[in-house]
Amino acid sequence: MKASAMKTSVKAEPNGSSEARSPRATRQEAQTLFQKIWNAHAVVTRPEGTALLYIDRHLLHEGSRHAFDLLRQNGRQVQRPELTFAFADHLVPTRGQARGLAGIENEEARVMAGAQVDNCAGSKVRLYGLDDPRQGIVHVVAPELGLTLPGLTVVCGDSHTSTHGAFGALAFGIGSSEVSHVLATQTLWQRPSHTMRVDVKGRLPLGTTPKDLILAIIGRIGADGATEHVIEFSGSTIRALSMEERMSVCNMSIEAGARAGLVAPDDTTFEYLAGRRYSPRGVEWDRAVANWRDLPSADDATFDREVSLEASDVAPMVTWGTSPEDVLPITGRVPDPAGTDDATRRARLVRALEYMGVTPGTALTDISVDRVFIGSCTNGRISDLRAAAAVLRGRRVTVRAMVVPGSREVSRQAEAEGLAQVFRDAGCDWREPGCSMCLGMNDDLLAAGERCISTSNRNFEGRQGKGGRTHLASAPMAAAAAVTGRLTDVRTLG
Amino acid sequence: MEPFRVLTAVAVPLDQANVDTDQIIPAEFLRKPRSAGFGRFLFHRRRFAADGSLDASFPLNREEYRGARILVADVNFGCGSSRESAVWALTDPVDDPTAPGRFRAIVAPSFGDIFYGNAAKNGLLCVRLPAAACAELRAGLRERPGASLTVDLTEQRVVDDGGRTYIFEIDPFRKECLLRGVDDITLSLGHAEAIRAWETKQGCERPWAVLPPERTER
Repeated sequence: MKASAMKTSVKAEPNGSSEARSPRATRQEAQTLFQKIWNAHAVVTRPEGTALLYIDRHLLHEGSRHAFDLLRQNGRQVQRPELTFAFADHLVPTRGQARGLAGIENEEARVMAGAQVDNCAGSKVRLYGLDDPRQGIVHVVAPELGLTLPGLTVVCGDSHTSTHGAFGALAFGIGSSEVSHVLATQTLWQRPSHTMRVDVKGRLPLGTTPKDLILAIIGRIGADGATEHVIEFSGSTIRALSMEERMSVCNMSIEAGARAGLVAPDDTTFEYLAGRRYSPRGVEWDRAVANWRDLPSADDATFDREVSLEASDVAPMVTWGTSPEDVLPITGRVPDPAGTDDATRRARLVRALEYMGVTPGTALTDISVDRVFIGSCTNGRISDLRAAAAVLRGRRVTVRAMVVPGSREVSRQAEAEGLAQVFRDAGCDWREPGCSMCLGMNDDLLAAGERCISTSNRNFEGRQGKGGRTHLASAPMAAAAAVTGRLTDVRTLG
Repeated sequence: MEPFRVLTAVAVPLDQANVDTDQIIPAEFLRKPRSAGFGRFLFHRRRFAADGSLDASFPLNREEYRGARILVADVNFGCGSSRESAVWALTDPVDDPTAPGRFRAIVAPSFGDIFYGNAAKNGLLCVRLPAAACAELRAGLRERPGASLTVDLTEQRVVDDGGRTYIFEIDPFRKECLLRGVDDITLSLGHAEAIRAWETKQGCERPWAVLPPERTER
């Protein structure tokens, strides 16, 4: 991307300010989507702006064990089980799921997954567990079910809850104490975030995907570029994206430090939601859509920060370091820390290069990989699998490649469309749904020193296993690397 | 929750941007109950070499900083995963008195939003100071290892061993909760009536948000 492609103007100092923040300040003015959702959910607002927000959808995964423990310790109960939904994804094996919990080999993981089953049964919370035909990753399945709707507040004890912002819902990750708070009260104390608009215009070039777009955005604004902000993605590029593509973009808002990502709801959103299990129906659907059409930010609404990009400047991206901001177009070379003036930043780059085992000046396309992971809440949906299969059709992988659908629904669809067979024919390991090798909490791990191109969201040290090295990229880029055994520009594969 | 007012303690510098919660506590330990003692797992892969030996170069392992209760870090501390166990690893007691832990305050230019919220729920004060101030503090702690800092929440200031004072901002609600050590669930339950009234209003205005039982398969 050209340096001139992004304009950033800073109107507010993000850190430490104690002034009353935007939602209150603009109640009577032209409001942003974020402000509208905030104001509609503030049950109590304190003078400095902190509000007790009502939570419409509370999503849980196996990690909720700690929150249920806290709840019990304090003698409290789940207040609104009918608004609480649980999913088995973080700890599940991606093979032999028919064995249920018994198939989880690690004892601690099995106990934790069992606690989820017991906690949900004891609190009458609906669990999409290993015995359910709709099991899968929380951020893939909840949208499939129509649980995530425009204008709602959605929380989950998982940072990638930002995914649900694709529907124009205010969705963010929380910790165990806050999960416990929502279980007990269906509300959460929150300080209003600053607002940031990321406006993207034009068409993404051939060979690039929304994953490349969000990686490019993170590369430009940095891993803390949107800290204390809620990002609203707008512009013709975003409007042209499918719901699945919008989810990939919002999913990684957190990797730029954002509290949440948002896309205004439109006909694409409504078409996706129509007829889903928990979507409104009949007269209620019409009322809902009428309400949702009022949600988009007013034309004259102002944001604390504005960033703009030309989609045509985006190239296939790949990370070379240990933060999602360590990202470059595939045509680039590993950077030289000597070119960095700031000593602290230089030290971080040196450490990242050493951990990743890469040398400054190396062409990214000269880096070979040992493993390929296609899946996760970022890129484990059917459109991602279609894009990967398009690259792999008629080809063979030369390194160990795992393809993990985001849900059983995605898996069934991939079988029906023949994609699963494409993966098997290419020599990929076609698995069962779960978080898999995104986060190192189940059996799917990198060995120390192994290098992996991954469609997941974090290239942190040891994220995919102790000593493992992660290069983040899109599904087609991961598929291309599976064929050649090295980081590859998918546009050159022919 | 233990209230936080004023703390004077040894501070340890960590010169690294973007310290993510995966580094603070690796995922493999998240499957344990909190009773396992999360303090033991703090920076596990940073503190220990591949053969299990202590990495003497890692600041938290250095003897000069033993007993540190304050960590001075760089930008975006605690970014990444929402795991509250990252906070517990920093705050929870450890059996070994020579091991780092039981932190009560982190000073940094910026924090991961979720980590910042989680910390407050556990009485761990996150102080935001400008990057230059943090760099100055870290440099001082490197030059005078074992030096103490005073973090005063009441007066919203950090004072180094030479008396240099740095004023910080904090949102009044969070400050009050930390000063009083209050459990905010109790506070919220005090608004139960307002919550019920809000739910009734929502049921009329946005019935689709409520999920009537007939659509909620069990």
